[in-house]
Amino acid sequence: MREVCVVGVGMSQWGEIWRRSLRQLFVDAASDAIKSSGVDHLDGLYVGCMSSGLFVGQEHLGALMADYLGMRGLPACRVESACASGGMAVRSAFFEVASGASDIVMAAGVEKMTDCSGDDATYALATAADQEYEVFNGATFPGLYAMMAHAHMDRYGTTREMLSAVSVKNHKNGSMNPVAQYPFAITRETVENSVMVADPLRIMDCSPITDGAAAVIVTTEEIAKKLGKPYVKIIGSGVGTDTIQLCQRDDMTTIKAATIAFEKALKMSGKKLDDITFTEVHDCFTIAEIVVLESIGKYQPGEAGKAIVAGETALDGSFPVNTSGGLKSKGHPVGATGVAQVVEVYKQLTGQAEGDRQLKNSPKVGMAQNMGGSGASSVVHIMEVGS
Amino acid sequence: MAGIVGYGAHLPRHRIKAEEIAKTWGADAPSYKKGLMLREKSVPPPDMDTITLAVEAARNALKRSGGVDPADIGAIYIGSESHPYAVKPSGTVVGEAIGATPHIHCADFEFACKAGSEAMFVALSHIDSGMMKYALAIAADTSQGAPSDALEFSAAAGAGAFIMGKENLIAECLYTHSYMTDMPDFWRREHEFYPQHGGRFTGEEAYFAHTKGSSNALLEKSGMKPGDFQWAVFHQPNGKFPSRVAKELGFTKEQIEPGLLAPALGNTYSGASPIGLTATLDVAKPGDMIFMCSYGSGAGSDSFIWKVTERIDEVRDQAVKTAKLLHENLIYVDYGTYAKYRRKIKKNY
Amino acid sequence: MTMFSSRNWREYPQRYRLEASKFKKSGKTYFPPRDVDPETGDTEKETVILPDTGKIITYTVIRVAPGQWGDMSPYGLAVAELTDGTRLMAQVTDCDVEEIKIGMEVRIEFRRIQTESHEGVLSYGYKFVPKWY
Repeated sequence: MREVCVVGVGMSQWGEIWRRSLRQLFVDAASDAIKSSGVDHLDGLYVGCMSSGLFVGQEHLGALMADYLGMRGLPACRVESACASGGMAVRSAFFEVASGASDIVMAAGVEKMTDCSGDDATYALATAADQEYEVFNGATFPGLYAMMAHAHMDRYGTTREMLSAVSVKNHKNGSMNPVAQYPFAITRETVENSVMVADPLRIMDCSPITDGAAAVIVTTEEIAKKLGKPYVKIIGSGVGTDTIQLCQRDDMTTIKAATIAFEKALKMSGKKLDDITFTEVHDCFTIAEIVVLESIGKYQPGEAGKAIVAGETALDGSFPVNTSGGLKSKGHPVGATGVAQVVEVYKQLTGQAEGDRQLKNSPKVGMAQNMGGSGASSVVHIMEVGS
Repeated sequence: MAGIVGYGAHLPRHRIKAEEIAKTWGADAPSYKKGLMLREKSVPPPDMDTITLAVEAARNALKRSGGVDPADIGAIYIGSESHPYAVKPSGTVVGEAIGATPHIHCADFEFACKAGSEAMFVALSHIDSGMMKYALAIAADTSQGAPSDALEFSAAAGAGAFIMGKENLIAECLYTHSYMTDMPDFWRREHEFYPQHGGRFTGEEAYFAHTKGSSNALLEKSGMKPGDFQWAVFHQPNGKFPSRVAKELGFTKEQIEPGLLAPALGNTYSGASPIGLTATLDVAKPGDMIFMCSYGSGAGSDSFIWKVTERIDEVRDQAVKTAKLLHENLIYVDYGTYAKYRRKIKKNY
Repeated sequence: MTMFSSRNWREYPQRYRLEASKFKKSGKTYFPPRDVDPETGDTEKETVILPDTGKIITYTVIRVAPGQWGDMSPYGLAVAELTDGTRLMAQVTDCDVEEIKIGMEVRIEFRRIQTESHEGVLSYGYKFVPKWY
């Protein structure tokens, strides 16, 4: 396999973007990525998108997006793994370049979630769970993670304070991210006085409904060097899956798909867990950040919440998590999220993170963990700063 | 003669008190509580309907059947005036749920409050004719009364189920009699949500004339007197009507007491006298005689004479007793919740 | 729109009667039924009926309900482990949502689960109710 690099990144504005459509959001991010990378053409395009068919009635995104990017004829297709669609698009581009089949491939992610009613959005998101045995019976996504939270609390004594700490930290980080949907800091009280959605999760434990897109240019190291732009190497890519039904998992307090994805990515990278000094994780709900940090082995089961409260995962902590603001503050346009995580790791490794959220001491290795459904699929990418 | 091989009931846990309804409409609660003997009534939550009540009652009847194989049930008849579909049978759902499909006959009956006893009557006939080994008769309703109408104080929900057979009986049916005339005392036109009724016209010429007509004919046919029965169950649109007809026929308060559920349950329509029968069987002893008379507007009464067998002592505790469902662990709701549960509020769907 | 009536009809054995697959080699029971044992790859199996009681191992209360369940809101949703060790997820009905907790004993009842629009098909299945008798 060839060495694979990310050489340019782009983001649209994230939020309720009433004046931009699905395709326009994509073009915003994709143009930005092309410009920042300096590439003069693409050999392929992967568009991560979870549910454009349900959100805006549009499928067939490969052809649509290639055309609107001004690249008719470009080999392109959509990639789907629920909320992990973006990460899966990055992985597809990674393998296309690594295999030698193509030299310059774009991995993008996009979701337009506000052009439908709240009920329709809830329905679309819920299709990532077991339609017949979870959703049929009244499960919602907050509900599924809430059940994980109650199981985690019951087993490890995880507290309200720990959940709140995730939200407060991510909002603080997101307040420094110019494209974030909710770029403002909040207090623990804000979280704990917010409306209950699915016990024990309150609205401020939940990532929002977001319109947005993100794109990265994936290429060889040789081309990256030639372009003369800052680049990072993708040194590990891993995917894991598990049963889609939460209640059929061996253990509802851990996400096995994340464990598998992480172990595969780590093995490919040749690094050790401790070589990774920061990460983006899929905090679709506050409990998810806690569970993922334990599932990848960074913390022992029941220990992540304490570490977050102690500030270990803050920007100035020993292991910063979700420097971008995470899904909670930055927003969660589901198909775009996995790509945006890679954008953030790229920015941190190349010293381009905006404002004070740029990590000090020039981090060398970072990670992006993206997740689908209630954890039935996960994609992990480990990236290293280019020499 | 044919008889009951297994019986069971099911009731919602939710109740609304007469005072709560009266308060909303400025009605006089005491006239309902004392006058009509209606203290409170059952309220089905949105996830409960005639079909779900029927399934649970049928499962309880199976528990008391001494191991009847559902595949041996030859017919399922559900009597109700609140079948969830206008077109699509309720009985097939019950058949699937208890594992009695596909070699089975199925029909939904409708005859105001008499549909349940009608199902029992037909099921018994099938057994007596030798057409099948077992027939399941279910009486279930989630009836509606129009807001502010007197019926709102009584229209309630519940189900009773009876597996009829020839052997291993809990109660043998000794005699039946049916009595019908055309009577416009209560009706609901197609596509209408709430029924209409003739007010006081539903009394003398309707309820009393038919229950007495049927009961007297049955007593005469059987050569029995009210004193020959341990128990009696009458259709109960409220507590007052069955008490009065029992008295006029010569039955005592004690005889109707275990089966008189209306004061705490309301009128379960098709379910009324059948559920009353389940509650009576729950307390009956081997050899006891039970008199039962239904009434359905439109109008008619089906009467039955049941003789309880030794098996009652074996099966009584195999399923939950009706009095327990009636009196224990209740959830009281306010009028708003009741109106929401019964879909009386116009909203966007 | 997907054709809900056929999709729902296909699931009746599970939803109405709690039919599950028990695999020969592992002796493990799966609900809903499966064709292949996820642990052993075994395809030899028999149909078993799940027990109708168990206890809650985790739960939530859905307070922001999709329109479909608006009339039930707030409603409990739980995973229960049945007496044979199998687990399933269902709503917890007939109880004050504040009373739901891990360890609570439940019974399975036949209930209406969904109503497809005002005119559409009604779907039935299982819900948990507190086991009070």
